[in-house]
Parts: sequence; C-alpha cells; structure tokens
Amino acid sequence: MIQFLLNDQTVTLHAVAPSMSVLQYLRTVLVQVGTKEGCAAGDCGACTVVLGEVLGEVWDELHPQGQQSALHSSPLHYKAVNACITPLASLHGKQLITIEHLQQGGSLHPVQQAMVDCHGSQCGFCTPGIVMSLLAWWLSVGQGTASADRHDIELALSGNLCRCTGYQPIIEAAQQTLASTDDHFRQQQADVVQQLQALQSDPMDDQGDTGSEGMQQNVQFFLPGSVSALARLLEAHPQARLVAGATDLGLEFTQQLAQPDTLIYTGRVQELTQVIDTPEQLIIGAAVTYSNAQPFLRKYFPAFADLLNRLGSLQIRNQGTLGGNVANASPIGDTPPVLLVLAAKLKLTGTQGSREIAIEDFFNGYRQTALRAGECIESIIIPKLSANTTLQVYKISKRFEDDISALCLAIWIQREPDAGGSDTESRRVQAIRIACGGMAAIPKRARATEQVLQGTLFSTADVERAKATLSQDFQPIDDVRASAAYRLAVAGNLLSRAQLELDQALAPEKLSLFSAVGAVAHD
Amino acid sequence: MTDTRFKSDAALKTDTLKGATGQSMQHESAVKHVTGAALYVDDLAEPRQLLHAAVGQSPVACGIIRTLDLSAVLAAPGVAAVLTLADIPGHIDIGPVFPGDPILADGAVKFHGQPLFAVAADTLDNARRAALLAHVEIEEAPPLLDPQEAIARNQTVRPVHTMQRGDAAAAIAKAPHVLEASLSVGGQEHYYLEGQVSMVAPTEDGGMQVWCSTQHPSEVQKLVAEVLHLPIGAVTVETRRMGGAFGGKETHAAQWACLAALLANKTRRPVKMRLPRAMDMMLTGKRHAFENRYRVGFDDSGLLLGADITVIGNCGCSPDLSDAIVDRAMFHADNAYFLPAATITGHRAFTNMVSATAFRGFGGPQGMLIIEKAMDDMARALGKDPLEVRKRNLYQGPDRNLTPYHQTVSSETLTKVIQELEISSDYWARRQQISDYNAGSPLLKKGLALTPVKFGISFTVQHLNQAGALIHVYTDGSIHLNHGGTEMGQGLNTKVAQVVAEELQVDLQHIHITATRTDKVPNTSPTAASSGADLNGQAARDAARTIRLRLAEYLVEQQGALRDSIRFANNQVQFENSSGAHCMSFAKLAEAAYMARVSLSATGYYRTPKIHYDRNTASGRPFFYYATGAAVSEVLVDTLTGEYRVLRVDILHDVGRSLNPALDKGQVEGGFIQGMGWLTTEELRWDEQGRLLTTGAATYKIPTAADIPPVFNVALMEDQPNEEATIYHSKAVGEPPFMLAISVWSALRDAISSVADYNINPPLDTPATPERVFWAIQAAQQAAATHRNGANTP
Repeated sequence: MIQFLLNDQTVTLHAVAPSMSVLQYLRTVLVQVGTKEGCAAGDCGACTVVLGEVLGEVWDELHPQGQQSALHSSPLHYKAVNACITPLASLHGKQLITIEHLQQGGSLHPVQQAMVDCHGSQCGFCTPGIVMSLLAWWLSVGQGTASADRHDIELALSGNLCRCTGYQPIIEAAQQTLASTDDHFRQQQADVVQQLQALQSDPMDDQGDTGSEGMQQNVQFFLPGSVSALARLLEAHPQARLVAGATDLGLEFTQQLAQPDTLIYTGRVQELTQVIDTPEQLIIGAAVTYSNAQPFLRKYFPAFADLLNRLGSLQIRNQGTLGGNVANASPIGDTPPVLLVLAAKLKLTGTQGSREIAIEDFFNGYRQTALRAGECIESIIIPKLSANTTLQVYKISKRFEDDISALCLAIWIQREPDAGGSDTESRRVQAIRIACGGMAAIPKRARATEQVLQGTLFSTADVERAKATLSQDFQPIDDVRASAAYRLAVAGNLLSRAQLELDQALAPEKLSLFSAVGAVAHD
Repeated sequence: MTDTRFKSDAALKTDTLKGATGQSMQHESAVKHVTGAALYVDDLAEPRQLLHAAVGQSPVACGIIRTLDLSAVLAAPGVAAVLTLADIPGHIDIGPVFPGDPILADGAVKFHGQPLFAVAADTLDNARRAALLAHVEIEEAPPLLDPQEAIARNQTVRPVHTMQRGDAAAAIAKAPHVLEASLSVGGQEHYYLEGQVSMVAPTEDGGMQVWCSTQHPSEVQKLVAEVLHLPIGAVTVETRRMGGAFGGKETHAAQWACLAALLANKTRRPVKMRLPRAMDMMLTGKRHAFENRYRVGFDDSGLLLGADITVIGNCGCSPDLSDAIVDRAMFHADNAYFLPAATITGHRAFTNMVSATAFRGFGGPQGMLIIEKAMDDMARALGKDPLEVRKRNLYQGPDRNLTPYHQTVSSETLTKVIQELEISSDYWARRQQISDYNAGSPLLKKGLALTPVKFGISFTVQHLNQAGALIHVYTDGSIHLNHGGTEMGQGLNTKVAQVVAEELQVDLQHIHITATRTDKVPNTSPTAASSGADLNGQAARDAARTIRLRLAEYLVEQQGALRDSIRFANNQVQFENSSGAHCMSFAKLAEAAYMARVSLSATGYYRTPKIHYDRNTASGRPFFYYATGAAVSEVLVDTLTGEYRVLRVDILHDVGRSLNPALDKGQVEGGFIQGMGWLTTEELRWDEQGRLLTTGAATYKIPTAADIPPVFNVALMEDQPNEEATIYHSKAVGEPPFMLAISVWSALRDAISSVADYNINPPLDTPATPERVFWAIQAAQQAAATHRNGANTP
C-alpha cells in the first residue's frame, strides 16, 4: 500500500506498477493534464512537480557529534523533481504539489502572477514546470535554504528548458516573486506536517518487506526501512533492481519501455539516508541525494560541492544519489573521480554482513562493479582533508549546466609543510592522486602521471612533464561529447590550471571563467 | 503620438482604450499558461474508444525493403490495426511542394528510422511496444551522408540556382586583395517543448476532424484529404496553440496527422499519434546544415569589390521546402552589405538523412554567416577593426543600394541602428578595455563583435502572401475573432486582437479569439516567414473595417447621423444628427444594428502589394521590406579548455511601430538566445551509418537560464515606423532577431584571434562548441608562432 498527500488530500493506492511514473499517474489516471511531458527523460523539466518531505526523522539520526543540517531548520523540505522519471510508489509518505494546486480562491500564486507580469511565458508548454521550479525555490528562500541571488535563480531553473523566451523574463519574474512572502503552502505547513507524520507512522511502513503488490503476480515495489530488511529483500528477490532517485533507471522505463518485475526503493532505508559527520570522516548514506549531501560537502570539500552544481539539474540533484552514481559505474559519472582521489571507501552490506572496500577496487570494468549478488552500497566513507592537502575538481562539458562530462578531472595533493623563508625545497608533493572520468571505460586514477609528480615541487616544468605522461594513463575515445584528442589535451591543461591555482600566479578573474563571470554579474 | 503621416490611425487612438495596438498587453493565454489550464493537443479530453498510434522504423539509413512481416505486431497485446502503404486509399506522397515524401517508406529506405508502418493500440505503451515486433529485412546500401560528395556525384533534390549582378570574377581578379575560405554551418533541432502530436476522429458523414499541433492547418487538411481520397471540405483541422514550433511544424506536422487519419479510417475509431521525444528528433526535419564558401576581392580600406559565394544546403532525402530555403540563404548571402559585383550559387544536396525543413530564418542565417565571416577575415587581413570594415560595406545611398537579386534597399534604418548601437553599447571604449584586458591576461581572452541583420520580409513563394480573417459581433458587443494564423507562443492572437480592438475601438477583453480552424478561414498560408501579424493583422483589420463601415452606414441611414461626425472611440460611438450630439456604447450599437437587420459578421482578406520576382532571371522585388537590427556581444574564452561565457549583449532592433512592445521584446530576446544556441552548444551528430546520435536533451544541448548573458540590454528602435504600409507600420519580428546571435560567433572569433595579435582569424565552424573553440585557439597559437619565427628569420 502506498500513501501520500496530493496537495492536502491523502491518496491511498493498493496496486502500483513499479514502472508507473508520477507523470503517467497524473496525466492518465487522474487526468490532471497541467503537468506536461516534454522529453520523458528528466532532461527538460516540463513535468516538474514539487515534493514536500519531512526530513526531521532522518536528520535526527545524525551522529551525536555531528553537525546539524541546515535543512533541519524547516519542518517541511520542498524540492522540485521531474515527474516523468519519479516512480509513483516512491511518493510514499511525501506531499505532491502540482501546478493545479497553486491558485487559491481564483487568485494566482505570487509565482504565477510574476510570470504573467513579466511576460515569462510564450508558447506556455514549459511554463507549468517553470512555475513549479520557481515555487520550490521561492519556498526555500523563505525557509533560508536557498538564496535570492541570481546564481541561485539560475540553479533553480537549471533543469527547465524554455525554447521561446530566452529566460530573461523568467529570471525577472523570479526576482519579482521576492516581493511576496506568504502563501497557502506556508500557512498550511503545520497541518501538512501532521498529515505526513500520520502517514509515516503507518505500521505497514516500517516492516521492511511490505510494499506495493503490483497488478500482476510477482510484480512488486518494496520500500524497506532498514538495511537489514533491504538485505533480506535482495536475498529473496535476486532479480530485483534497486532504485533510489531513478534518474537513470527511470529512462529504461520511459525510453526502452522496460517493465521491471521487482524494484526495491532505497529512499526510506534509515542507514542509507543519513549523513554521519565524525572528526576524521564524512559518512554519506548511499541513498542521500546530491542536494542533501551538498551542505556537508560544502563544509569540507568545497570543490566537490561546486562540482555538484554542475551535475545534472536541480531536479536531478534532488532525486539522484551518491550511491546511485557510484553503483551505476558509468565512466562519465561525475562523483567517482572525486571519490577516487579522496580515497573514499564503500561500505557494502548484504545478508552475510558488511565489508569495506576502497572505491578504486569497486570499478572492475565498463559498468562492472565488485558488488556481489545480494549486496548493496550502504554508505560512502570519505576521509576529511588534513593539513597541507588540497582538492581541485574540473568538469568540461558542451553546456555549463545540466550536461554530462566530456571529461572530469580531480586532483588531490598532499605537500610538505611550508618551512618558511627561502627554503625552496619545502612544499614538495608528498602524495598525489589524480583521477578522471570520461577518459577510460571506468573512472580511473592516473597512476603514471601521479608518479611523475610525486616528490616534485609541482612547478610549471613538473606539470609539463606530467602532461606528457597522461597518454600512458588514458586512451580516451571519440564520441558525441568530445574527441579523444580534445579530452587528452584538455586533461593536460587542467593539470596546468591546477598548478596555476595553487601558485596563485594569476588573479582569480584571470584564471577562471566562473570568477570572471561573477565579477561581471556583480558590476 | 502625433505623427502626421498616419493621421487616419492616429485620429482613432485614445489613451483610455485597454489593449489597442502599441500597448504591452500580456499574452492572451498567459494566465492559462501559468496555471496549467492551457490545453495542448495531448491535453484535450480523449474521445471514447480512442486508439494510440506508433510507427515502426527502419533500422538502416539506405536500402531496399525485402520483407515486412507484421504478424507479430498485429498479434501484440491491445493492437487494433496496422497500417502499410497498401492500406492507403489516396495519395501516398505528402511532399508539400514537390513529390518525394512517401508517408511510409515506399520500397526504398532513405534515412535511418524512416517509418515503415504504423500501428494503433489501446494504450500508447502497447502501440510503442508492438511497433518493435515487426520482422523487417532490408537489403542495405551504403548511405550518402556528405553533402559535398553529393554535389560531386550530382545527387541533388533540386537543381542548382544562381543569382548574379555584375562580373564578380573580373572584379575579384582586379582587386588589390583576395581572400577565400569555407565554412561548415551546423543544422539545428527545433526542440519545441511540445513534440509532434495529432488526434483524429472520424465524423458522422465520412470526414475527419483533426486536432493538430501545426503551423499550417490548411496543408494538413489538404494532405489528410488526399491520403484518404476525400474532398478537402470533408476534413476539418483545428489548432488552438502549439507548445513551440519554430518552423518544425510547418510541413513536418502533417505526416503524423495523416497516419492517425488513415488508422482512424481503417478502424473507424479516433486515433491519437504523439511522437516520443527521441523519435521526434529522429523522424522530423531540422535546420539545414550548409557548406559555404566565399571568394572576395577588396581594396586597402576593406571595401568589397566583388564576391563569389557558394552555398550547399544539406537537404536530406527529399525536396520538402529546400528550394525556397536555399534560395533564402542566397537572398541573405549579402546580409547588410553592398556587393558591387556578385555571383551567388546555391546547391541542394541529397543525403540519406531525414529531410531538412523550415527553421526560424529559413536558410537566411546560414547564408548570412558566410558574408559575416568574410567581413571578419578581411578586417584581420588588413589589421582593421571588423566594425570598421562592416560599416564601410553597408548598403548606403543611391549608388550602393542594389542587392544581387536587383531589389533596391532603403538603408536609412540600417545605418541608424548601427550608429545608435555603437554609442549605446560603448563599442569603441570597450574595444580598448578588451585589448588592455587581453594584453594582461594570458589564459582568459575577451572578444567583442557588432553584427547587423537585414532580413527580407515576405514569402518568396508569392502566392503564400495572402491571408483571411473572420469576425462576428454579437448583440452584447462581444466579438469573436478568427484568422488564418496559428499561435505557437509568439503572441499572434494577442496582436491580431489588438488590431481589432483598435479598429473597432473596444477594449481587448471583449475580443475572443478561438482556435484556428480550417472551416472558419479557408486556404490559409502557414504561419511562417515572420508574416503572421503582417498578413493576418491586415486581414482582421479588413474584416473589422467592413463591420465598422456597416455600423456607420446604419447610423447614417437609420439614425440620420452626419457621416463625418461618426467617431468610434473608447468602447463608444459618437455622432451628430439633426437633434444634436449623441454617444452610444458599442454594445448598444451592435444590438441596434442587429434589430435593424445589419449583418454583424464579416470576412477580411489581404494580399501583400508590390512584390514580384522572376526566378529565371533571379531579379525583382521578392521582399515587401526588410527588418533590421544589430547586436554587440562580448565573450570570455578560456584558452586552456575552449570553454567560454557570453558576458554582455546589447541589442537594438527595428520592429517599426510596435504592435506590442512586450511581445516584440520577447521575440527579440528569445530569437537571440535560440540563435546563440545554434551557433554554440547545439550540436547534431550522426554516426557513419547515418544514425542520429543526439536524440535527446541529454546529448543535444539547447541554452539554459545560466547561459544567457548576465548583462542583456535589449531595446527596440523608437519612432521608426515602417515606411511601407504594413499593419500600423509595424515590422515582422519572428525570425530577424535570431540572426543577431551571429555577433556571439563573431566575438568568439575575435577572442580567438587575440592570441595571434589579431592578425589571424582561424576557421571556426559552427556550432562553436568548446572543443571547436579550443582547436581554433590551438591553430591561432601555432600560426602566431610560425609568424613570429618567420619574422625572425632573415
């Protein structure tokens, strides 16, 4: 049985096909057609809806010494997601808000009014999705979990394609909404939280092996609550697929028309959805979304957090998970290169118990991993940076926002302490790890290149020698995103950039497009 | 607003009328858009017993079909019918102008994914799954994918065509400087957010009711009738709105409507056909890719003396609209510049790719790009600023005002636009700042460019330059308006309603525009060529004036009004008769006229005057007028990676006397960003088997909100009424701003050439992806190094 709130109405479903998306449910079952299908692949945002979630329970489980999440300040967390790839059954315990729920008593919501006033729609087909993304942003600004500056507006819209307006009036509309501070969603938040908590306390919910019986025999969607329950399910249903954000698996349903028998949803597994922050390491549950991981990464690994702003769109980051990105083992996943250079470990759990392995040992071949049958990734354990270590991350793609990497390069360096004075022998490279995505069949370390740089002063000349070695580490391919030659040449140049940044030889606005554009935007 | 030239219009203007022309009224559907209440074809209430259709596709790009066994398709769950060519009672070719577009592959397969058959089932998923079950055997042949090879092998969809004025070869031979270069111009996927969709229901008298997302309802109507062997009058097509079109739903919407109609005919049930995104991108045409070449002769001042320009359009596997599209590329190979002697040759290459089709600009952008490249190249060769060379070559004065197709250009606005923009954008000061920045910035380089646009307005196919409208006035004064144009987001309905509000002097809220229907206004032209408001606005005005005249006649005849005293103003009519001055609401007048048995329904009609063109001599006046504008773009390029950002854009665009400045500004901004996408990140890729690799937004990257320039100043020319008698002296705005984005590409080239001290302008094919920019930088750096080494060698 699945229960969720459709705005303020409780919906109870006894049978849900595992592949049924929220969008299909809205358009074909409820015949609420305000939510549009643009691509059915999570790329265009026309189907954007907003989910309201109580995160309290999850975040209360934080390690006692850990930091409280910024998200904790608000009882209801609102996020925009793509309805087209969100499994309907994953709505269990959440509030679903669609474009049909914004008007109150015939009046437009402030977000809608601003879009009308600023001429923010032309053909109107992307508009419901844009309104929903702006709603989630506006509610988040009110709760202090998003900022009102232009960069955050762009992030909020990063997953919404508009082919007509050129976005300028939409950005103006976003700015205009800030003149309003209240709406019915805010007013009714306490009631909604109560309703959601009533759903969540449903005894059916925490048994681990309950879920939705599908319409056909042996077609099931499970929503376990603990990792032990998850392991039991995996053992009982060896053919089952794990689903977290469905940002990749969802495409198998909408694009390849796959009809899965059994899905096990990880988004309610307590151990998989928590972040534990210890003095030495950050332990991120495999089903923690990119968005929820980001505040923690921002604190300890700012370069990693910046990278996440360019991983998919906000809708994807609100759904997709670190564990999914790793388990998918795609050569162009964005987080594996960073996790590789940070020497992260994975905690793998099955009915036989848990084991930890280095992430480098996890990727066996193209989309092949060390996961054994019946095992899942429980968490990703990232050692924090110690003194004299740095992390730098670069992503190259055709488009800045919401694009898959042509290549991604991460570099971690530990150097000797600065002896001060004129000791030119200080600051030597004690240890270095370089890893790339998009350069091989798996996310991969550049061992030979690392070797060249080991023990050097990391000078321009050292980096030039190292660049020549990259072709020993990587033999990239030509594909739709870039040529092999470009990948190799740019990977080398990114090493140069890393060196220039560490040397602080140039002012930031002469070194990085981001800094330079920021300077223009704030003129 | 007192312009004596337009007394009759100005006399009607009042400040209190809500929604007259010139006011920035919101889009008529704005509230419906933001609430999700606006209905697109897939949102309409589904008729009882509706079936959903899908097509089965060819796995190869070229070959002969040997076996097509559909038994498994027919046996699949939920399937009601399959459709093959043998089931078609009427025409099987739906080519819009020339034959060549069989509705399903006719023996031979001409592009990868080409529909071989169609299937209808109870659900969309069942139809799509069933379509994968066919047993197909195709004798494969190597596909032809290179347009230059096609021309070499004489594989064309239409014959070559040439425009000529003067002796270009001789002029170039005598010129002090000669340059030649080539440029590959990429195509573009429309990526309308609403994919192709049609729903068709059989009517009780053997006809078909069609709901179709199309820019051309009349053509869909004609083609549905032809494939079913029905009279055109038995088919009705309705289009309320499209979720974007951009040319992609001009001719390429019909196939899906026709297949749905054929399946509806076969099953006698309603059928809906909606293409999934990947199939939409594979099966519908795109902007033509072009291979262009120039050879120019010029003097020391950068003045062009002669130009020989060749453009090769990659038309794909059929003619579709390619004859007119390549012609328009040729018509715009001069852009804003006078070519004293010119030869312009246009080829139409056949390739085993989906037939390329209309897309905002219709070949114009691809043609313009080659002459803009020449301007930059000439400037670099002479060590001059490209703006100086551009200005030197503009159409100017009586001696430099003739196009290569012998139309006279009135250049006053063009000159003014550039002059004003040069000042408002602070071009020369910024040029200096950028030089200074670049001198002190080894890795990041800035670039700047100002490019103009001169775009010809009118369909170059003359008969399309006509339009109709239908107006009913009801007894409460409410007004029903229909016209032949379609609403695809551009705000056409709003503009046309504003025209009627102006003419009848009633507030806009009284005017109700409903769906475009072929049974309301017949034989319409596509809403294309930026002509929507020009044509349909005039037709609606004609209808409104007919009604206004009848109402005035009624006042004269029945109320004894003095003819000259009658004034329609602000929802009222004022008149004088023997008993004095009177004032009556428009609603009362309508009711009184009805009681006096006056017809309150009228059609309107318009045909564009003055245009004529003889394609045999390639001379005449194909365009009623030109729309003009200019843009300055500033970019920042990362020489380590080729990545870049557009930092600032200033646009000044001429829309004549705007019908609705807010909507016009929306067209300018939206067109510019779409053009920027075409020239930067939007890259279509095919593999060696002719399979499209970029079949979704995951791999085909249109701009997002973060791609737009942080400083984006867009202004419309003020006090610049169209000198031709267009609707309220406005100008068409749909396509021209698209080409303003050439300034971004030109600015990228500027930044790249900075690494070679502005002496070298390396090739930069489009789209200028980060990778292409990177290689151009490498080329410039190498050329600069060679140049330096060469200079040091005695």
